[in-house]
Amino acid sequence: MIRFINPLTYVGMLGAATIYVLTAVGEVSLFAWDILRWSVRPPFKIRAIFEQMMVIGYESTPVISLTAFATGSVLALQSFQGFQRFGAESMVGTVVALSTTRELGPMLTAIMVAARAGSAMAAQLGTMKVTEQIDALYTLSANPIKYLIVPRFIAATLMLPVLTVIADAVGIAGGAFIGVEVLGSNPIVYFKKTFEFLELNDIYSGLFKSMVFGATVAVICCYQGFKTKGGAEGVGQATTSAVVISSILIFILDYVLTAFLFTGA
Amino acid sequence: MADDIIIEAVGVKKAFGSKVVLDGVDLSIRRGESMVILGGSGTGKSVFIKHIIGLLSPDAGKVLVDGEEVGAMTERRLNEFRKKFGMLFQGAALFDSLTIGENVGFGLKEHTDMPKRDREKRVTEKLNMVGLHDVENLKPAELSGGMMKRAGLARAIAMDPAIILYDEPTTGLDPITADQINDLIVDLQAKIGATAVSITHDMISTNRIADRVAFLYKGQFLAVGEPDEVFNSSVPEVAKFCYIGKVIRSSAAIQDRQRT
Repeated sequence: MIRFINPLTYVGMLGAATIYVLTAVGEVSLFAWDILRWSVRPPFKIRAIFEQMMVIGYESTPVISLTAFATGSVLALQSFQGFQRFGAESMVGTVVALSTTRELGPMLTAIMVAARAGSAMAAQLGTMKVTEQIDALYTLSANPIKYLIVPRFIAATLMLPVLTVIADAVGIAGGAFIGVEVLGSNPIVYFKKTFEFLELNDIYSGLFKSMVFGATVAVICCYQGFKTKGGAEGVGQATTSAVVISSILIFILDYVLTAFLFTGA
Repeated sequence: MADDIIIEAVGVKKAFGSKVVLDGVDLSIRRGESMVILGGSGTGKSVFIKHIIGLLSPDAGKVLVDGEEVGAMTERRLNEFRKKFGMLFQGAALFDSLTIGENVGFGLKEHTDMPKRDREKRVTEKLNMVGLHDVENLKPAELSGGMMKRAGLARAIAMDPAIILYDEPTTGLDPITADQINDLIVDLQAKIGATAVSITHDMISTNRIADRVAFLYKGQFLAVGEPDEVFNSSVPEVAKFCYIGKVIRSSAAIQDRQRT
């Protein structure tokens, strides 16, 4: 027997999904606007900002260095394999430098920060939400956006470019290490090739992207934490969504920013 | 009694999605009294109390505090307005990244120019008032449930509020600790004369702390009045919930008679 499903059901489902997505986008935008508003309103919580800079920046440095070194090394190894086929081995340094500064540095940094610091933001704020600490802040006439979120937002936006510079340097060093020590390139030639085609714009574009990524991670992860409901389970869900959504957004924004701002065509 | 009304709810309605939590409730709370909002779980008690301090705003109707409509306030006004209040949360809601001393002194630090030494003195004084000593440098996680409630109470009264809101003050405590918290609430009432609004389902607590009781059931106040009136109400839902209150009250009366 054939069961007929009313085609309007699908229209309804599509509509519901659309409303859901648009509502979420609207809420996040309003939330981001609130954060911006409170970011420029004194008094500034300098101490809280520094604390967050330590957590997001300083404490992320080891893991980001490790990731960047590994990626730089593997990039050198892989491009050497490919380039050998048409005798362009000398370009390995160039490729590592360009892809690290323009793309992999900012991208990997952002993903690692989302995983490391963003998840912590969501979990921490989520726990504060379900234990009513956020409400308690309101009752003490202290706006939680000002007290909790603005420091995280500012710290993430400022620290991501710094971390990216570190990732760029370590990534290039990783590539050089493999290029010279394993693949036997002449160190002088390798470094000459590394910087020969590298423009300041390559680095700037990466740093600009990383600032946008930092702001995005902070907004999304804080938003997820802030709207957490329902105890430990809710905190778990908020943390997962925070990391998943910010990672997806990083990929999308990366393409958009690169395509419209930095291809220079 | 000339009614000096400090908090007035008029036709307050609140729904979350399709679930109606408050269905047009009216309630007047007099200055300086201890009002207990009694009701089972999920009857909208917390939702009601959150309307008083502007954590939620009504879908319809209004809440007036000192004649001022809470829902109509700007963000800035609301911040100022909330300084009238102290609120004790169910789980105390102490900031777990701060010490107890910093928790209690939070409002003083943020909203006054009080020098650090005076602030610390005030914090110690408030902690002593709730029966806590030498806990200033501990983190909330190092305290027991009862001590956390006390510390939360110290934070709530740190700024000498005109109104104190108690969200389930005795829930989750053993009977002896619960009794101590009840005594503390009565003591504070006598000492600082603030208006107290408590929500609870604990009949012993209600009996101990209430000047008046409002019984909330399915988004409606079914009975409002002195504890005796409410406990003896003939409304079936109220009578069913409050029978133990009657027992407590009459046994207390018997004890009093034996004593005299």
